[in-house]
Amino acid sequence: MGARNRFAERDIALIALFAALVAALGLVPSLMLASGVPITAQSLGIMLCGTVLGSVRGFAAAGLFVLLVAMGLPLLAGGRGGLGLFVSPSAGFLIGFPVAAFSIGWIVERARSVNAFWAAAGGAVAGGVVVLYAFGIAGMALSLEKSLGEASLLALPFIPGDILKAILAGFITMSLARMRPDSVLSRRNRHFKR
Amino acid sequence: MITLTSPHRTRYHDLPAGFKLASLCVLTVFLFSIDSLAVHLSAVAGIGFLYALGGSRFVRAGVRGLLPLWPFVAVLAVWHAITGSLITGIGIAAKLLAAVGLANLVTMTTRLDDILGVVRKLTLPFFRFGIRTGGLDLAVALVVRFTPSLLRKGQSLATAWRARSCKRTNWRIMVPLTLSAIDDAERVAEAIRARRGS
Repeated sequence: MGARNRFAERDIALIALFAALVAALGLVPSLMLASGVPITAQSLGIMLCGTVLGSVRGFAAAGLFVLLVAMGLPLLAGGRGGLGLFVSPSAGFLIGFPVAAFSIGWIVERARSVNAFWAAAGGAVAGGVVVLYAFGIAGMALSLEKSLGEASLLALPFIPGDILKAILAGFITMSLARMRPDSVLSRRNRHFKR
Repeated sequence: MITLTSPHRTRYHDLPAGFKLASLCVLTVFLFSIDSLAVHLSAVAGIGFLYALGGSRFVRAGVRGLLPLWPFVAVLAVWHAITGSLITGIGIAAKLLAAVGLANLVTMTTRLDDILGVVRKLTLPFFRFGIRTGGLDLAVALVVRFTPSLLRKGQSLATAWRARSCKRTNWRIMVPLTLSAIDDAERVAEAIRARRGS
């Protein structure tokens, strides 16, 4: 029972602290682009949830962050928050955060034999760009009543920045794996995991 | 941490959170399922009236809440002006304004703990599927407690960087910042264990 509780408490603490990290990264100065979604380090935080915590904990951390934004905390880039964001054109990105973190973690967990940088960067590109943009573009297409192709044009300017963030997520995860291998839960052997 | 709940009290603050959230769901589905400019413009006028009942300060706060929509409205205006379908563009913009305005109204008039109460009720059925939701309150409290703390740590790391280097602060401070989040999590878990005596 002790071991079960210890892991449960540690999981909750890690999930909450990574949600707080994502929030803190959104409060640093941001750059606003034409279609209204600011470029910040916040999506880098979502990528780190997946590359460091793995699929399930990463999903929970990103989900907790999205829940707090929905509950009215101004944690999103530029101090935004509240239910209004979930019916705005950027809603798809917000709803896609937990799915993106899960996809990234899922890929990194299955690439333990691959170098930490390539596993994390590859996972972050697939989950943090491909999966996240699939949600984001679908959201924009629905709310702005445009085709997926037309909505993709609006999302296009952000993709290079997010690919760069995916590469940074790879470097950060690799540094963490070298400095303190046990901290990268997504790459720990299965018998260490609950 | 400051929430987006309006400190200016209105009659909407007294309505139950569950009722407001359920009404928001129904009205949003209605707005997105109807394709009528008249309905969308009437909805904007109706929601504007609801804000006006809260007083001028409440209206100003409501308008501030809609400001993030302007880039989308501008894109719609340019797009539909070019394609010669400005009326369609006005209809889409009105629908967006109404939906976001209504959702912001609920956010502005519902306290964080009231929404958390609704979330708690909604997540109860997950217990049946073996998903633990009991840690939600603790997790929410930890995020509220540690977001400013991590932000301060990030600023301290940036200051330390600038003191040692003439180069601009870059992504490398993310490594110690992430490690400090992991260390904080370990300390918090240890504290919870000590408090529970396990």
